[in-house]
Amino acid sequence: MVAETKADWFRPSAGLARTWLNRLAPFLGLILVIVIFAILIGAPEKYLSLKNLRTVLAQTVIVAIGAIGMTVIIISGGIDLSVGSAIALTGVITALGINAGWSTSLAVSVGILVGGFVGVVNGLAITRMRVVPFIATLGMLGVARGVAKGIAGSQTVNMPETWANDLLLTIPKQSWMLVAPGVWIAIVLAVVAAVVLRRTVFGRRVFALGSNEAAARACGIATNRLKIYIYALAGLLFGLAGVMQMSRLRQGDPTVAAGLELDIIAAVVIGGGSLSGGEGSILGSMIGALIMAFLRNGCQQVGWPNYIQEIIIGALIVFAVAIDRWRHSRMAIA
Amino acid sequence: MTALLLSNISKRFGPTAALAGVNLRLDKGEVHALIGENGAGKSTLMNVLAGLMKFDEGTMEVDGDHYDPSSPLDARDRGIALIHQELSLFPHLSVAENIMMGMEPSRWGLLDSDALCARTLEVLETFHHTEIKPETRVSTLSIAARQIVEICRALAARARLILMDEPTSSLQREDVEHLFHLIRQFKGHGINVIYISHFLEEVREIADNFTVLRDGRSVATGEISSVSDDELIMHMVGRSVENLFPSRAPASTGRETVLEVKNLSSPPALKNATFELKRGEIVGIAGLMGSGRTNVVRSIFGLDECAGGSIRVMNQSSTQSATPATRLSQSIGYLSEDRKNEGLAITLSIADNVTMTRFRSCSRFGWLNLSRQRSRSQDVVNSLAVKARSVQQPVASLSGGNQQKIALARLLHQQAEILLLDEPTRGIDIGSKAQVYKTIADCAAAGKAVLMISSYLPELFGMCDRLAVMSRGRLSAIRPIDEWTPEAVMQAAIAGEGN
Repeated sequence: MVAETKADWFRPSAGLARTWLNRLAPFLGLILVIVIFAILIGAPEKYLSLKNLRTVLAQTVIVAIGAIGMTVIIISGGIDLSVGSAIALTGVITALGINAGWSTSLAVSVGILVGGFVGVVNGLAITRMRVVPFIATLGMLGVARGVAKGIAGSQTVNMPETWANDLLLTIPKQSWMLVAPGVWIAIVLAVVAAVVLRRTVFGRRVFALGSNEAAARACGIATNRLKIYIYALAGLLFGLAGVMQMSRLRQGDPTVAAGLELDIIAAVVIGGGSLSGGEGSILGSMIGALIMAFLRNGCQQVGWPNYIQEIIIGALIVFAVAIDRWRHSRMAIA
Repeated sequence: MTALLLSNISKRFGPTAALAGVNLRLDKGEVHALIGENGAGKSTLMNVLAGLMKFDEGTMEVDGDHYDPSSPLDARDRGIALIHQELSLFPHLSVAENIMMGMEPSRWGLLDSDALCARTLEVLETFHHTEIKPETRVSTLSIAARQIVEICRALAARARLILMDEPTSSLQREDVEHLFHLIRQFKGHGINVIYISHFLEEVREIADNFTVLRDGRSVATGEISSVSDDELIMHMVGRSVENLFPSRAPASTGRETVLEVKNLSSPPALKNATFELKRGEIVGIAGLMGSGRTNVVRSIFGLDECAGGSIRVMNQSSTQSATPATRLSQSIGYLSEDRKNEGLAITLSIADNVTMTRFRSCSRFGWLNLSRQRSRSQDVVNSLAVKARSVQQPVASLSGGNQQKIALARLLHQQAEILLLDEPTRGIDIGSKAQVYKTIADCAAAGKAVLMISSYLPELFGMCDRLAVMSRGRLSAIRPIDEWTPEAVMQAAIAGEGN
């Protein structure tokens, strides 16, 4: 009897089934997109062929790696608009390094570290100068792009053939790999990031920061230092995305990836990330990135022009967030 | 043995003294009630104790040692934890993560989830709240359960003194029982509690000793069982009405009723309010913060959704809810208690703020006539004796008192016939107060109807013709001011009418 009243007063509201439905929502969206285009194209066997899957996955890698970093930032309640520029900058630097005769691994490492450095600068601007993330990274969007153009002399940087060019080959040189090496790198990183977010002190503090910053500070968390770590870590991932971009183009292009930050943010948001912080998952963001890649690829195969893709993806972002809001208000009422 | 000793603590904010000599003594295993009116300095004292604010003078001792916390962390290390009125939890995280945040068990950065759950369970079990599961997401818990989680966080940090600031204000009665049950267990664990509340019956139920704060001073202390409610209330109120208020001719009878509110409700805060307001009179609503008094005016003005009841303005047909735009067109003016966030557009100019609700006075076909906007607002600003260089100055550059006058000036410029004033003198200096009182009295004399909400009893007694008291969402019958005494108002606010 006593146990009954106790169970009653504590009133948990969201049922287990609904929680699972929420987790599955992006996944169902992905399946829906694939099914719709398989029907529209009229040749599902072609759309779902290994060849096409390889293409789509290779096309997803850059956005996916960027989205891993962005997910961490968005969960912490921040945003990073400088990703596109950071990708261009790190791509150019890596290409210049290979051209200068550095070993490929050194050039790639330097490229990634430059991405991390850009993140540290963002983090310092946000914490030390107390500029909100939106503005701080908007500034970096201009600065990093400018630096990329400056050191590349406003031209593309061509480079000799190395293994760095093979990262996003649709059909990998080693046939046992099945898909491009970059796809495997992205998968490994996604798994590691998911574990870090879920199972480490750092990861849970990222959630705490985004959920209630004042309470996090009151719990003795050094919130400023944590923010710098977050932007630096994400920056390293953006640096790697820059290397991937370079590999795909087979050259360093200082004008590449303009606007890519929006695709990356869209992937996180479609995957259930909340721009007000505290929510988001790596799995969701990866599915978000895949949804966009399958949409683009599907539109091309149906033969729709580019502008239709843009309209559909734009509408999809708004739609995904609207569903998310609706789900939240339902949960609040319950 | 003395667990906490405060002597002569004082704290000033600019010219106003929030604390002006507080003495308090707390023994081991004691629940100590801190009581006093709104603005008596209770929350400031809690913030000082929890290391959120520095104090100016006085000394504090914890367990006989000097205590002067430099930060909330410092206070936590000394075993002092504050349970906020607004809970500070992480809604997206689990119960266990909330309780252990900042001191997570881990190995090489990897979270030890088993230890995390085990330590959380240990705390929950010690205090018999095993119905809360460590892995539950906090956003799915009820308010009452969230409060338990927050208290458990303090317990997990080995707090020896827990400060609770009005912990029951958002709880249902049965949840209050759970909370009290928890507090009673603290005694056996040697944990002390300072318990802030307005509700005397709760204080009697849970506390051993009490201290009354009034105007930042500790004015009475002792064993709770040795005093009567009346004595406590006298200590809380205990001041004379200052000579601040303009003399007013008594409102003549038989005037036109301009606002008629019947059985208005807007759950959960507002359960029932019925009253009418006539031309030329000032009606006051007293009540504690969170009693639902603000919700009355917000519902009338269309800012809160009404669930039931009716509102009749002038002689128009009665409605249940309307938008603020409709209410403005019906000549209702609203002064928010939250000047900075809701009352004023703080970065805009005085002229913009004053004319905002009636741009009509200085525009044609949507085009603002800026020179007319300036002269119109200058007129009103002059009549209120606002200290400002020009009406183009941003409102943010004014003092609190002058900001409040601008908020009131907007209602005058709007030519509102019905004035809904929520805490019209909160946080402003005496000079500005007198000006605000005079303006309100002038409005009533000019045949406008005024509804005034206040926590400050002398102001209600000095200004109002009739008064009603709000208690836990219900508005008492409205009675002429002569039939009330400050003690009766406090009694009604604390216990509800007729108790």
